[in-house]
Amino acid sequence: MLPELGQILLLTALLAALLQSGLPLLGAHRGIAAWMQVARPAALAQLLLVAGAFGVLTAAFVQQDFSVRYVAENSNSLLPMVYRWSAVWGAHEGSLLLWALVLAAWTGAVALGSQRLPDTVQARVLGVMGLVSIGFLAFLIFTSNPFARLLPAPLEGRDLNPLLQDPGLIIHPPMLYLGYVGFSVPFAFAIAALLDGRVDTRWVRWTRPWTNVAWAFLTVGIALGSWWAYYELGWGGWWFWDPVENASFMPWLAGAALIHSQAVTEKRGSFASWTLLLAIAAFALSLLGTFLVRSGVLTSVHSFAADPSRGLFILVFLAVLVGGALALYAWRAGSLDVDSADPRRGFTATSRETLLLANNLLLASACAMVLLGTLYPLLADALGLGKISVGPPYFGSLFLLLMAPMVLLLPFGPLVKWQRDQPSRVVATLAPWLALAVLLGALAWWQAPQNGWKVGLGIAAAAWVTFGTARFIWLRLRGNGRFTAEMAGMLLGHAGVAVFLVGALLVEALNVQREVALAPGASVTVAGHEIRFEGVDHREGANFSADRGHLRVFRDGRERALLHPEKRQYASGGQVMTEAGIDARLSGDVYVAMGEPLGNNAWAVRVHIKPFVRWVWLGALLMALGGLVAAADRRFRRP
Amino acid sequence: MSGSPAPRRPLPPVAIVIGVLFFFGLLGLMIYGVMKSDDPQRDVLPSALIDRPAPAFALPVLHEPSLTVRSEELRGAPYLLNVWGSWCAACRDEHPVLTRFAETKRVRVIGYNWKDEPADALHWLEQLGNPFMVVLSDVEGRTAIDWGVSAAPETFLVDGSGVVRWKYSGAMTQAVVDQKLIPALERIEKAQADAGNALHTAP
Repeated sequence: MLPELGQILLLTALLAALLQSGLPLLGAHRGIAAWMQVARPAALAQLLLVAGAFGVLTAAFVQQDFSVRYVAENSNSLLPMVYRWSAVWGAHEGSLLLWALVLAAWTGAVALGSQRLPDTVQARVLGVMGLVSIGFLAFLIFTSNPFARLLPAPLEGRDLNPLLQDPGLIIHPPMLYLGYVGFSVPFAFAIAALLDGRVDTRWVRWTRPWTNVAWAFLTVGIALGSWWAYYELGWGGWWFWDPVENASFMPWLAGAALIHSQAVTEKRGSFASWTLLLAIAAFALSLLGTFLVRSGVLTSVHSFAADPSRGLFILVFLAVLVGGALALYAWRAGSLDVDSADPRRGFTATSRETLLLANNLLLASACAMVLLGTLYPLLADALGLGKISVGPPYFGSLFLLLMAPMVLLLPFGPLVKWQRDQPSRVVATLAPWLALAVLLGALAWWQAPQNGWKVGLGIAAAAWVTFGTARFIWLRLRGNGRFTAEMAGMLLGHAGVAVFLVGALLVEALNVQREVALAPGASVTVAGHEIRFEGVDHREGANFSADRGHLRVFRDGRERALLHPEKRQYASGGQVMTEAGIDARLSGDVYVAMGEPLGNNAWAVRVHIKPFVRWVWLGALLMALGGLVAAADRRFRRP
Repeated sequence: MSGSPAPRRPLPPVAIVIGVLFFFGLLGLMIYGVMKSDDPQRDVLPSALIDRPAPAFALPVLHEPSLTVRSEELRGAPYLLNVWGSWCAACRDEHPVLTRFAETKRVRVIGYNWKDEPADALHWLEQLGNPFMVVLSDVEGRTAIDWGVSAAPETFLVDGSGVVRWKYSGAMTQAVVDQKLIPALERIEKAQADAGNALHTAP
């Protein structure tokens, strides 16, 4: 009975979403207050209904109701309890339901947090978010029903994909979706502003924390995915420029640009229509990302079922929503009511506005570059140019090229004044620090055991951003000594960039990898670490059996760690998974993965030494923290 | 509203044209991608073997290991080489389709039992039926390397002169047989007939 209830809840949620978008949008257009007031209760009702449906599906997983097709395909009686909860979003239908739930949750939060806004704006924002809900709920109900029955019920389920049976993967999708879907708030705001015909500073101020929080979640989601790929796939890399990674990276880049341009629009009134376009682009790219992942248009580890009818449905929805938004933008952006007499507007070439413009151009170019590289194989295929894959050489070099000026300009941003500044003043402030950073880089180059110029570049770039940020803090401390939350968030985010630079560039430069055959008792020395193989034993997990290696890591004669990499065979599908054994330290990881057995108890073992790899995720977490701290600024809660 | 008339600065037409072109170009590309997304062959690289002589082999017969079949002995008429193993789940799915096609007797269907225990393979055929004219056994899988087999099942269509004309990776469905395999076979038959006619009309 319960699954049928879930289906009814979803249908009712669709009705609530129809109510939430139709009446308020019409009411705002015609000025009928009663219709506009429907938005809030309808949004909250939609949230309750979708949450109910999600609860029903979770219950079906926990109780192992294999008469539900989706449960039978993605669960198994041996599946540990924690993964029964997370299996809900382990495949197509459930992860769409999670999407809808996250969207409903954001909508509910907006409904509760938007009382300060004028009624028309509130009605329009909730109405537009309702339109997005309609699309996703209809997609769920008509093409991807998670509650469909499988009768007669099988005695045993097929099991959750073993790749997904991992703690990192439990929270990766919800975080990612919180980010993707969170961009629907600035998107809805942009549509509301275009419908209204004006961009009010106060509304921009109201959307800023939402954008920041969404971007922070997206950052955490991407970092988790990268971390998971690092320890679970057994390749030792943390970013592969896989189409699906790119799909999440594009909205992240657009979101990063949006955060900065919103600040300009709020504080100075400039870039108003550019901010609106970016808000549309960030959410459009989120939808494009979801589409690329769900439709199977691009092959990757993430594509679930390739069913053209599903792909077409979501594509039509995407085209209507984004096409409609862009058409509205093209029609209305030119006639936006911007106060051109505002004294805060207008700026010279040497001003903070110019630097933020450069930031936006660079981030937007990087985003376009990733989009082109991601879609190029498909384009080449469509034009009959053959099968082409675009990989790290393209992305890596272009990204470096675009981010180098970004890093160079970053420390100037906070120190340069709005509207106009003396370039000589700021250059004089920062020149010694730039010199020191270059000196440190040169030292690192000289000291590095390999890839000296990359090490030097990484150290110089990270030192430059750190010094620039520290210089700003010092200036504030000597001044009034006050830091707003917004400012602290900005500083944390920039410090995150510095930490990330250390990780990304140094692990790339100093990474050492060896594949060796080891018999029990044999050892190998890689980059100063002696790794001794003590043999393999057998271990039974809940739903897998594993060959578990025992390896001791010595450094300078002292034991540092005992690692247990595993090769698991899952009972239900027979899939083999590797679990890397990792000795994780801030200074670098020792990473061991089991290869194939070679006979006589000897095994092929892959050993990586990954200096500073933790700093990659630490930097990302700092950036996310920065986004959250900035969002907490009291100024954003002022009417 | 602020009272003063909004300054009208419409977007330049060039920007709108570029935007519209970009949007519909992207949309068209996505539609193309979606329509192709159910084609399991879309990521398969075209085999380097197509229109080239099939690699030579000499393999024992599964049912009678003392007999060896050489690739030269198969010349003269087209044949279909199906790579399978009892360990391969997709081969089980493909089996009824392959059996139905083999029963039409249009072409010789040769089984290539890849990296399999002969006992398991025989048991599999006993259980599911044997559609093959003959099954060749390759426990070590050397020949598969020459043929560039990456996964089972794979199916090769070789013409009478020993040239590979068509290949399919993955389990064939009835649609694949009807829309791809049979047309490829028809092309071979037609080429053969033409060659035969040419031979007859020659003085």
